Amino acid sequence: MKRRQFLTVPAAAIGGTLFYTLAGEPVRAQAQTGTVKVPLRFFTAEEARVVSAACARIFPSDESGPGATEANVVIFIDRQLAGPYGRDKYRYTKPPFVESYPEHGYQAKESPRETYRAGIKTLGDFTSLPPAGQDAKLRSIEKTHFFQLLRTHTIEGMFSDPMHGGNAGLIGWQLIGYPGPQMSYRDEIDKHFGQPWRPKPRSLEQIAGRPGKPWEDEQV
Amino acid sequence: MTNLKPVDVAIVGGGWTGLLVAKELTARTSQSVAVFERGIPRRLQDYAVTMDELDYNIRLRMMQNTAEETITHRHSLKDSAVPVRQHGSFHPGTGTGGAGEHWGGASFRFLPDVFTLRSHLVQKHGAAKLPEDLAVQDWGITYDELEPLYWKAEQLMGISGKAGNLRGQKIEGGNIFEGPRQHEYPTPPLKHSFASSMFEAAVRRLGYHPYPTPAANLSESYKNPDGVTRAGCAYCGHCQRYGCMVGAKAQPTNTLMPVLAMRKNFQLRTESWVRRIVHKDGRATGVQFTNAAGEEFFQPAATVILASFTLNNTRLLALSKIGTPYDPATRKGTLGRNLTHQVGTNTRVFFDKPLNAFMGAGELGSRISDFDGDTGFTDAEDGLFRLGMIALGSNGDGAIGSFGIMPPGESKTNWGSEWKKAALKWKDHSASIGLSAEHLSYRANYMDLDPTYTDKFGDPLLRFTLNWTDHEFKQREFAAKLQQKIAREMGARFDDNPPSRARYNVINYQSTHIQGGAMMGASPETSVVNRYLQHWDMPNLFVVGASAFPQNAAPNPTLTVLALTYWASDAMVTKYFPHPEKLI
Repeated sequence: MKRRQFLTVPAAAIGGTLFYTLAGEPVRAQAQTGTVKVPLRFFTAEEARVVSAACARIFPSDESGPGATEANVVIFIDRQLAGPYGRDKYRYTKPPFVESYPEHGYQAKESPRETYRAGIKTLGDFTSLPPAGQDAKLRSIEKTHFFQLLRTHTIEGMFSDPMHGGNAGLIGWQLIGYPGPQMSYRDEIDKHFGQPWRPKPRSLEQIAGRPGKPWEDEQV
Repeated sequence: MTNLKPVDVAIVGGGWTGLLVAKELTARTSQSVAVFERGIPRRLQDYAVTMDELDYNIRLRMMQNTAEETITHRHSLKDSAVPVRQHGSFHPGTGTGGAGEHWGGASFRFLPDVFTLRSHLVQKHGAAKLPEDLAVQDWGITYDELEPLYWKAEQLMGISGKAGNLRGQKIEGGNIFEGPRQHEYPTPPLKHSFASSMFEAAVRRLGYHPYPTPAANLSESYKNPDGVTRAGCAYCGHCQRYGCMVGAKAQPTNTLMPVLAMRKNFQLRTESWVRRIVHKDGRATGVQFTNAAGEEFFQPAATVILASFTLNNTRLLALSKIGTPYDPATRKGTLGRNLTHQVGTNTRVFFDKPLNAFMGAGELGSRISDFDGDTGFTDAEDGLFRLGMIALGSNGDGAIGSFGIMPPGESKTNWGSEWKKAALKWKDHSASIGLSAEHLSYRANYMDLDPTYTDKFGDPLLRFTLNWTDHEFKQREFAAKLQQKIAREMGARFDDNPPSRARYNVINYQSTHIQGGAMMGASPETSVVNRYLQHWDMPNLFVVGASAFPQNAAPNPTLTVLALTYWASDAMVTKYFPHPEKLI
């Protein structure tokens, strides 16, 4: 059996980062401090470092707030690729695979796992490049299926429920003032017209009182 | 193959139509009824921990598994079809309740002239003015015949809305363009959101007639005539593509199953995938199905009711070699013809103020029907015959899906610091003015079996031959100008580019309104089933659902599907079972 690989996540980086929500109110990001060793399900540690660096250019940590690094987006992507989605368990994958009009969407054989494994190789020695060099590298692959997946997954990892591995400490939801899947807005829907109303974000588990069942944990 | 003990009635599909037929038959006859659903069992209590945007709204966890079965698509006879490898332009459901679990809840009646559209268009314009390729037909049933059944369907689900035409009296605040109804809606309209209230005020200033979208998301607690009580909507914003965690959105699991569970002459067999309707000498003899373990069974039945989604109704008839497949070259045959979808286009509107758009309900919204059918415009000379409704809805923006939507020109790229800053600035500041227009049927748009691609069992997939025509482009262009006028009145920023004239696209979600293939009509030459949805070639086979629509109307189809299901069920009880050997 393959030796399990780990990624050390610098969660400390965001302890106390000050940023502004859409409501225009200053907020101090809440997240764990210290570093955490997270077991990887799909990536090697080296692959995870490359993907993490690329996500950090797509959704950077900058003056407009924390980004993919603080949200642990790479952990989210790792779990997605290890699960049924990454393995194309719900995509039609019978041959023949033929090129068609763009209106027919992605028609190729490669699963998201295969696309990442090959795509990461095209990034080469990505982590040793300066930020401008990393951006240039990403711009050169912008039109590829790999980059489009990476960009989409980065946004998903920023803003999906933390049970999927990203949005650590609800940092993505704090950033955009999204309250999470609250049970009822019956008394609020027709109020606050024209004013930002930003209840404190809560995760699905905090709201439902029991853990959800993320699809990536389904037996494959 | 194991032979099972016979039942009186075998129903294929455990969604709205199959379970509603079962409810009617088990209440009004002594027939033993078995419903076969290929998906998993679902219950109301399953939905408490499913309010997860990623798995449900984006990965589409409730939908049919495309790895097992999908459709193929081509734009014309000249092209080769390719598989729709992952869900895009529409979302077929699976499991108990089918697509009725994850729908939004829009519950309209069709305009009276929709049911006699061919006659109407010929009378209004003359046959010579209509496009040669037009395959529009009359339904063989009228609005007046369906009206009491529309009311039954509205009561079943407790539809929230406001009448605009009560027994001929026009009422401001409701849809004054609708056909006459005998009753006010069972429950009052849903509340407004900030965005829908701005839309309503703007269209009223422009002289149009806004009304609240009639919704199966209950505005208040409601007990239906079957004694089923459901709670009012919580506006949680997790509705379309989700099951409702409080049961406020009418779904087969919370509306039909509580009644059916008490019936002794009813059984639901989930994970039972019907692969053929078995028949001999012009009579259906039962259904052949495969269970989750891959074992095959034959279920003998005296009556078979095909009540799955439009796609599978058509495909199962073709796989079972029942009826004559449509041939677009000779225009002979009926099975698979008159495939329609829905015509839409959106104008994205941007506001300086935040919308708190994470709140919402599946069909919370305001709309106008001032241009529905052929009212409000006189462009038939330019080839525009029918239009539709313009609306703004607030069904709950997630955190992921609406991130990055911004006015044109705000960011040069779609990643990196500049983009992130603009995306954060515009998050929760935009809504969409939509169009839902009639999709007319054409000779060239149809369904048949694909010659190349197969499902997990090796059976041919269903193939769509479908493309947009000039009429749909004209509908969109007319509607976009109207949407922009409304956007301007709302004081919003918007993209004023004309809508795309691109080919049919299988990637971007449009609606799950797929119609035709087993259409109803007055003659076996031009339809698959008669006006009671009984198969012309096989009196003990009924085919129920939107597959019976000869063309699509502007509104969402579910309420009409349910009204038609009541209509067909009533005909089975009163006309068919007394004489099951002959056509009604």
